Amino acid sequence: MDVASLWRAIFGGALIGLAAALLLWANGRVVGVSGLLGGVLAPARGDVSWRAVALLGLVLAGIAGALVAPEHISSSPRPLGLLALAGLLVGIGTRLGNGCTSGHGVCGISRLSARSIVATAIFMSSGMLTVFVLRRLGAAP
Amino acid sequence: MSAALGRHLVALAVGLVFGAGLLVSGMTQPAKVLAFLDVTGSWDPSLMFVMASAIPVYAVVYRLALRRPRPLLSDAFVLPSRSGLDARLIGGAALFGIGWGLSGYCPGPAVVSLASGALDVVVFVAMTALGMWLAARCERPRARS
Repeated sequence: MDVASLWRAIFGGALIGLAAALLLWANGRVVGVSGLLGGVLAPARGDVSWRAVALLGLVLAGIAGALVAPEHISSSPRPLGLLALAGLLVGIGTRLGNGCTSGHGVCGISRLSARSIVATAIFMSSGMLTVFVLRRLGAAP
Repeated sequence: MSAALGRHLVALAVGLVFGAGLLVSGMTQPAKVLAFLDVTGSWDPSLMFVMASAIPVYAVVYRLALRRPRPLLSDAFVLPSRSGLDARLIGGAALFGIGWGLSGYCPGPAVVSLASGALDVVVFVAMTALGMWLAARCERPRARS
């Protein structure tokens, strides 16, 4: 870990916190990217359009990033079949668990939600365990 | 400007700033995310500071916002109402973590990375969408009863 990546993490994290804070302050909503995706793909109730617009903003940020600083977007080192399985697990898991790294990890912990604190501890642990097991099986991380 | 238009402009700005935060912080580099999860190997703890920085910012604004009678552009705050732990939350979080550790992608960085057009992230997001749809389909009959 170098000092530059530490500062980038802190600055990037502050931007994420500010973005989530803006949504709460102006629109009264809590943000989580799995909630945005799930709300557009399988809406339980209305509110599809603002979620779609927020997702569009994420993609536009990615396009700007790819143009200005393409080194910030890289592919996963894992093979395509494993990524497909991973995507499926992330989709099922975030829907059942009502959130991901942003909804539980940032917004939920900030609200001191017991559910989010437990969920974050569990997905961090199972993620670390998965990387550990893959490493023992011979996959370089 | 109508409030509805304002809310959509806010949502667009939220996506842009949130995405910029993910890009700057290193979350859109799956190898870096996997190194963060690799605690017994060559651990890179820098991504811990993404959460450590986002949480205090949001925690302060959250408390200030809820003192106001209502949000700037809508009638009421809509907050998660569920409380208490259940098997769904625990099982779901465990499955999500496995998928995260297999790939190095969580939903936000994956959506931002779609901009690269790389096949691996397109497949990942398509499968995430399929997983969400499957889980929602399985939930529905139970919710009706």
